[in-house]
Parts: sequence; structure tokens; C-alpha cells
Amino acid sequence: MKKSAGVLLFILLLAIVGPWLSPNDYLGTNFDALLRSPQLAGMHLFGTDDLGRDLFVRTMLGIRVTLMVAVVASLVSLVIGVTYGAVAGYVGGRVDAVMMRFVDTLYALPFIFFVILLMVAFERNFLLIFVAIGAINWLDMARIVRGQTLSLREREFVDAARLTGVSTPRIIFRHIAPNLLGIVVVYVTLTIPQAILVESFLSFLGLGVQEPQTSLGALVDAGVNKMEGASWMLLIPASLLAVILMSFNFLGDALRDFFDAKHKQ
Amino acid sequence: MKLIRILLLTVLLVGIAACGGSGDDKDRANVLHRGLAIDPETLDAHKARSIQAADILRDAGEGLVSYSASGELTPGVAESWEVSEDGLTYTFHLRDNAKWSNGDAVIAEHFVFSVQRLINPETAAFYAQLLGDVAGLEAVDDRTLVITLERPTPYLLSLLTHPATFPMHPGSLAEHGDDFARPGTLLSNGAYVLAAWVPGSVLKLTRNELYWNNAATAIDEVQHHVLTQEMTELARYRAGEIDITASVPPDSFQQVKAELGDQLHVAPYLGVYYYGYNLTRPPFKDNPELRQALSMAIDRELLVEKITGRGESVAYSWVPPGVDNYEPTVLSYAPLTQAERNNIARTLYKSAGYSEDNPLQLELRYNTSDTQQRVALAIQSMWRDALGVETTLINEEFQVLLANMRDREITQVFRSSWIGDYNDAHTFLSVMQSDSAANMPAYASEEYDSLMQRAASQVDLDRRRLYLEEAERVMLADHPAIPIYFYVSKHLVSPRVAGWGDSVLDYHYSQHLSFKAVE
Amino acid sequence: MLRYALLRLLGAIPTLLLVIVLAFLMVHAAPGGPFDEERALPADVAAKIEAAYHLDETLPQQFMRYMSGLLQGDLGPSFRYRDYTVSELIGSGFPVSLRLGLLAILLALLVGVGSGTIAALRQGSLLDRVVMSFAMTGISIPVFVVGPVLVLLFAVKLHWLPAGWSGTESVWKYLLPVITLALPQIAYIARLTRASMIDVLSRDFIRTARAQGLGTKAIIRFHALKPAMLPVLSYMGPAIAAILTGSVVVEEVFGIPGLGQFFVRGALNRDYTLVLGIVIFYATLIIALNLIVDILYGVIDPRVRHR
Repeated sequence: MKKSAGVLLFILLLAIVGPWLSPNDYLGTNFDALLRSPQLAGMHLFGTDDLGRDLFVRTMLGIRVTLMVAVVASLVSLVIGVTYGAVAGYVGGRVDAVMMRFVDTLYALPFIFFVILLMVAFERNFLLIFVAIGAINWLDMARIVRGQTLSLREREFVDAARLTGVSTPRIIFRHIAPNLLGIVVVYVTLTIPQAILVESFLSFLGLGVQEPQTSLGALVDAGVNKMEGASWMLLIPASLLAVILMSFNFLGDALRDFFDAKHKQ
Repeated sequence: MKLIRILLLTVLLVGIAACGGSGDDKDRANVLHRGLAIDPETLDAHKARSIQAADILRDAGEGLVSYSASGELTPGVAESWEVSEDGLTYTFHLRDNAKWSNGDAVIAEHFVFSVQRLINPETAAFYAQLLGDVAGLEAVDDRTLVITLERPTPYLLSLLTHPATFPMHPGSLAEHGDDFARPGTLLSNGAYVLAAWVPGSVLKLTRNELYWNNAATAIDEVQHHVLTQEMTELARYRAGEIDITASVPPDSFQQVKAELGDQLHVAPYLGVYYYGYNLTRPPFKDNPELRQALSMAIDRELLVEKITGRGESVAYSWVPPGVDNYEPTVLSYAPLTQAERNNIARTLYKSAGYSEDNPLQLELRYNTSDTQQRVALAIQSMWRDALGVETTLINEEFQVLLANMRDREITQVFRSSWIGDYNDAHTFLSVMQSDSAANMPAYASEEYDSLMQRAASQVDLDRRRLYLEEAERVMLADHPAIPIYFYVSKHLVSPRVAGWGDSVLDYHYSQHLSFKAVE
Repeated sequence: MLRYALLRLLGAIPTLLLVIVLAFLMVHAAPGGPFDEERALPADVAAKIEAAYHLDETLPQQFMRYMSGLLQGDLGPSFRYRDYTVSELIGSGFPVSLRLGLLAILLALLVGVGSGTIAALRQGSLLDRVVMSFAMTGISIPVFVVGPVLVLLFAVKLHWLPAGWSGTESVWKYLLPVITLALPQIAYIARLTRASMIDVLSRDFIRTARAQGLGTKAIIRFHALKPAMLPVLSYMGPAIAAILTGSVVVEEVFGIPGLGQFFVRGALNRDYTLVLGIVIFYATLIIALNLIVDILYGVIDPRVRHR
């Protein structure tokens, strides 16, 4: 777990600080330096792309954008999912049954189609990308949270709070929610990679982040086309993407083991 | 133990796979495999508008006139014709062995029927205006067709190679109604018949034995594979599964040129890539200096060499080179160096009221595509470096961009292009007439319109040409749009295919192709 | 039993309606229409076409028209493929997507369960780490990278497999697309299997079996596999949905004429009827599948029915 967290932090730091260290900017086209492989000349550590733009800076920018999209999208699905699941689990009974029925039916929707339609309908609004991705993922979160809430509900401290007259919303937010922290953290860590892949898939279709902004997904997509002529354009962003995804996954797994162990005590 | 069994099985499977191969030793027989960028939207020649539909229709049909393998106009269904002195009456004599694929003879009445359907508003044909100058069409007898024109239209013969003017079989339409254009029912009077169509996958055309020139057709079957991703098409070509590609991906062009140079065919294509101005609104309304400044600040030579890099040629005129009987007018600043152009551009920019402290802020719209994006990014950069213009790039889907261009509410500069429908300057110059639906910038010049009208009424080809060239000069000087480069057609053609000729309209009839004997 | 099934069926109808309405609104909300072209249509021609496809009516009117057609089983003509109806296109594309999907699930199950089991058996060892790392590549590299790379290697360079789909009768054309499609699922299934198998293997009844002298293979086949598979089975629902998603990209990359490709093209071309038709078709399919699974669960586990 520590290794994954460490790797991620390093990448994040690099993404934030990196561009300041480089003399190049992400916009600067340089028609004399098209498609240079990674080199020290001109500080093109990752080489340049087909418009002569420095790939190191663009990759760092891409990482920022990708992480931002993923984290925000996960938070969106977290907020929706936790609220929904906690309410359903706590209130229970009929309301719970209806709410979960709704979730079950939503599972039936071919969501990716709706994401595409959304992106097409509202023209790749940057904000909308988060919302759209967040909207796919909240279902799992809601289910898990509901399950947890159901079992937490029966615990003594909740009874105590109820007996002393604490209002229901208060109980949900101040007593139950903190105990969900563990499971929620695990799921967010595992949702982020999903969100990243969805964003890269949208980039592939031309519906993702728009130029001159870029994301890892967009960089990878551009790199695939240049696979043979300028392989660094694919290898570098793809490796970074893979490392980030794997790190989040390992981190999530480790966290899950950790919280499971705690639970079993 | 189980593991070992699984491993053995895998090795066996892989072995089978390796032997099976990808098909280059298969029974290739006499089948030509061509790439097609998208499915035709329909094979009803009147309702079709895409280039892809036209390509298929040209294999599966024939008009009065056709093009030969070397790109010359050649008799099609009509074996000969005469033109009257005043250029207003054409008399066509049809062959007596022209047949439909069901055995019926192709007669003059079929052309009349077809044109009537074309111009009938109920059909809502896109190319209804193609024969706009035609006053009347008459089938004097089964073998004689007379076309009368309102104006002398020297390019009429070129028009008559267009699939929208192909004959139609009245019996077939009566029997099948709107479903007549499907595989199995679509009748053909051309070299091939539509045998099968798997949407999204492939269209199969088989030899039409009853075609009058069937003896000259070498290839028995043509398969047009629908391959929307250029990279996929290239992969299949390199794997030997496709013989002729529809295009070459821009990202791989240099590599393809280096590795497959002699199989790559790049030829000028009648199309102009341009950035149009919205002339109905500021900042470009009534501001010719600004429009010219922006046009001059673009380094077209650099663009063509480094950004598009597929052999395109720079465009300082509206009409591409290679058009019959025409010499395009060129913008005055074409021969200058870019540095000189930038200087003049800066002066014009200033006199339009802009400067470093008061930069022009504009929105550039283009449709989602790697090529458009690269060009846009490059031009954004050029405008910034030369003039200090702040350009916001807005990348829209094709449908959205079109709608915006038409509305003329929010567009300022937009990317567009025009591909010629026939080999005459008119197809390009008519776009800028004030009443043209394709006139995206909303250019309206009385002088231009009147020059075009005068050209249209000329019988003498040389005088007509002078009027057209003058019209182009007038229009270019007004800068309603910025011509950037002229298109090229790019195809990879397998070494086993013979008979491929360069065509400025990018017409490549399958009936002219054959396979070289392989030792 | 019947009551249970009927109740679930009835519950599905509002969902389907919701899906239709949402999809309808979204498709029509997209700017640009299906008949816009680079070369602008003359105004009267444009008007004629719009009228022929009823695009000149108000949205509610168009919706009612669509619904009444739907109830008669008519999904309408495709706006983009003028010679074909939506039903024909779905009929053409679905078998392809189905075959791909089924093969991908099978492969994913085979390889995923296999590798997860191996990893679980050798938990903590180098083999465990190696196997799981390989499995993870499925969710670490986007599908649109894997596809072209595989094609470049196996089709273009080595000429072992077909690069494309159309015009080849060879069965081998399935291999690369199926592998590409299955990779992410292999990752998830492997992880699930491994975790679940570790859990099961540590239970008492396994220890009993081992004490009785049963070999590892027998233990797995007869005792551990079934209980360990439960989480994998419940993952099958999301797995199918994920295969659906993945098929969109795989079909684009390999040029396969399946429903995924039709959908994307349809959305981009504003082919309203085709897009709606595919969405409804898939939603119906998934709802029907869920229904069947639920009923099966009800049969297997009576507790569920009476909740």
C-alpha cells in the first residue's frame, strides 16, 4: 500500500511542479522541432509531438486534467451514492425497497450510451464530463453504503442517539457517515481508475477534453496513431497511465484488506 | 498435468493460426478489394449525395457520357452526339446494345424518366439543381435523346457523368417503390451489379454480363469494404487484405511514403480547403482590411509542408488548378515571402483598428478531426505570432458546425471546404454567388453576380473564360474567405492492380482496372 | 412463483418507458440534424426531407408517432441508411455483437478464473504477483491501445491473423477482437476469483478435505470452486454491461459491423431512430436478462422470493 501511495504522490507532485521546471509551455508550437524523440536539447525530455509542442509539459498537464476529472467525477458519484444509500439504509422498510428497486432498474440502462448521448447533446462541456462519469458510478456506491448503513443502524450508539432525541438527518450525517468512511475510501480509490478509463474512451471518440487542453487519454489516443513513427508519443503517456491506474487499484485493494481486517476484529 | 494439456492445446491452436494465415494465399481469384470511408447513405442515385455513394453508383451504373481510364470524356450509353451552333441543343444517339442487368434495353425514355424524377420536388433530390440550365429533355425515339438548354453550358457533358443523371428503370421503381435500391433489386446498366450489402461492413458488386462493354471488364467482383478508421484501413492494406485504399491517415503519411512509396498515388483533387468569414456580423462585416490581414498572416507554404504534409498545394485562388479550360486567378500577395506578407498584414491590422494593446479576439470553429485540429492550432499560432490575435479554438461536431454556419449567428471564422461536382470552374465559382445555398460566408457582390451571369450566357468558350477569371479576381480581392490549400487524393494501390490512373475528380472506375499476372 | 415473476415484469415497464423518454430527449437535444451536409441543401429540398421524416412536427408529436410505431413493433426507418429500417440494421448488427460478447465472456471466465485460482494457490509468491500483474494489464491499458497494437503485431507484421473483419470467412478474425474485448474482464474476474478463492481455501471444510488426503486439484474441482464462484457469478451482470461498453470501441477499432459501431455512428450522425432503437433494444435485453437471473435466483434460493 505504501508503495502505491508513494508512486501516486510522486506522479502528482511531478504533474504539479514539473511544468514550472521546464522552459516550454503546453501551447508553444514549434514547426522546426516536429516529432523529436526524447532528448536534452531544448529540454524536451519526453520529445515533441507533431506540432512541435513539448511532450513533457503536455504530459504533465494531461496528468493533472486526468486526475482532476477522475477525482471530481468520483466525488460526484460519492456524494450522490452515499447520500442515497445512507438514506435508503437508515430509513429502511418501504422507502428502502422502492429506492433500491430504482437502483436495480437503473442498472439496466446501457449507461455508456447515455454518456455518449450526453456528450453529443451538450457539446463536451468540461464540467459535464465529470457529471456524466459520476452519474455512471454512483449505483455501486449506493448499494454498498446501504448495506453498511443497514448493519450500522442496529448498533448501540445509534440506539443511544435515537433515544436521546437526535433528529434523523443528524444521526445519518454525524453518526453513521463517519463509520462509512472506510468503505467509501476504498470505493473511491477503485472508482477513480474507472473514471479515468471512461474519460480516455471519450477522448478516443473525440468527445473528451478539447484542445489545446489535453488529458492522458487524449495523449494516448494521439499516440496510437503514431505508434510506428514516433513511438514515444504512445509509450510515455500509456506507461504513465498504466502506472497510475495500477497504483490506484493496488491502493484500493490494500485499503480494502486493511478495513476488512479492522472489521473482522 | 492439466496445465501441460492446456499448454499443448494452446500451442496447437497457435500453430493452426499461423498456417491459416491472413488470406494472401487464399483464393483471391478475380476479386478486387477496395476501401470505402463510410457506408453510402443510399444507392438511390437521386437521393444520394456522398462521394462514397457516387463511387459505388459509378461502378453500378452508367450515364450518357463517362470518363475513360485516362480521364477523358468518353461515350457511355450514348455512342455519339451533336451540339447545335448556338450551344443550346444537344442530340445524343444511344447504343443499341445498352442493356439493364435484367435484359431490358436502355432507351432514351429511361433518361427522361430519371431526370423528371430528379427535378421533382417530391423526390427532394440533393442534386436537383445540377441540371438547372436544362430547359427540356425529349426522347425523340428509343435511341435518340435531345437536351435543350436555357444557357450555353459547356460543361454539360461533364455533368452527364454524374450518377444523378444516370437512367432509371421505370418498371423497377413502379414495382419496388422506394425499396428499389437494395441488393438484389437494384438494376444496373453499368459494368457491375450490386449483389450484397452488409451495412457497416462491405458492399459486393459482381460482373454485369449484359453490360455493353462487358468484354473489356477484367475484374469479376469488387468488394468495397466500409472502413471508417483510416488506421484500420492502412493495417488491412499492409496485411494484404485490401488492394486499394480510400485514403491514407495523415499521421502515417511520411512513414507510408518511405516504406510504400511506389504504391502511394497522390494526385491533385478538385477541392479547396478554406476558412470562411461570417460576413453578416462584426468584426468581419464591412472590414476588408482585417479579412485580408488574417489571410496574409497565414504561412500556407509551411502549413502544406509541415502540417498537412500529404502533397497538398497552397491555395492562393479559389478554383483549383487542373480544371478544364481555365486558369485560376491568383491573389496578389502570392509571390511575396511570408515575412513581407506579415509586414503588410500588420499594417492592415492596425488600420482596421487593432494592435498589441487592443488585440483582435476571435473564435475559430472547425469540425472534430485530427487534421482540422492541427491546421487550426497552427493557424492560431501564426495569427498570434504575426499579429497578436487571440484566437479561441472551438471544435464542434460536423452536424453542429454546419447548423452554426448556416445560422450565421455565432460564427466568426469557420473551417469549410468545397469539392467540385464536375470539371469546370463554374462548380467552384457558383458557390460565391449571392443566391447560392452553399455560400457560407454570405458573400453578396453585385459585380460578381453580374460577371457570373454574363459568363453563363457566353457561347464562345474563350470569352466565357475571361468573364469567369475576372469574377474570381473580384471575389478574391474582397476576401469573403481564406483559401488555404487544395486537396489531393491519396490512395495506396497494390502492385498487383493495373490500370490505375490519376483523376482530378478522383473517379476510379473498377471496370478500368485489372490484375497483373503474377509469376 | 408466478406472482413474483409477474411483479418483476411489471416493474420493468416503467423502467423501459423512462429509458425511451430519456433517450428520445437526449438525441433530439443534440444540436444539428440528421440531414445536414457540408454542401448546404437548397431550402425547399431540406423542407421536403424534414417533412418526409416528420422532423417538422413538434417533439411531443414526434414522440407519440414513434411510440405508436413502437407498439406495433416498428422501430422506424434509419435516417442515415435510407435504404434500411432500424429493425434490419439491428438484426444485422446484433448477431455480430452477440457472438463477440459471448466469446469474450467465455474467454474472460476461462482465463480469469484460471489465473485467479493459480494466484490464490500460490498466494504471496512470485507467481502470484506475476500472474496478477498480467491480469491487471487489462484494466491498465485502454482498449483502443490494445486493439491497434495487437493488430500491428499479429496481422501486419507477423501475418498470423486477419487484420480486419469484412470479406474474410476465416474464423480467426474473431481472435484479436475477442481478446481485446475480454482483457478488462479477465482482470476483474481474476481479482475476484483470487480473493474469493483465498477466502474459501482458508475455511474449515477445506481443511477437513485436506486432512482426508484429497489432492489440491481435487479439492479445487469438488469443494472450492463452486463456493468461490459466487462473487464471480454476481459480477456477471456488470460484466455483460462492461462488455457492451467495450464493444463500442472494439468494433470501431476493428471495423466490425456490430451494434456498438452503429450506435456511435448513429449518435454522431444524428440518426435518431437508429440510436433510439439500439438503446431500447439493449435496455429490453438487459432488463429481460436481469429478470431471468432474478427468477433463477428465486428458484435456487427461496428466501429471496419471500423477502
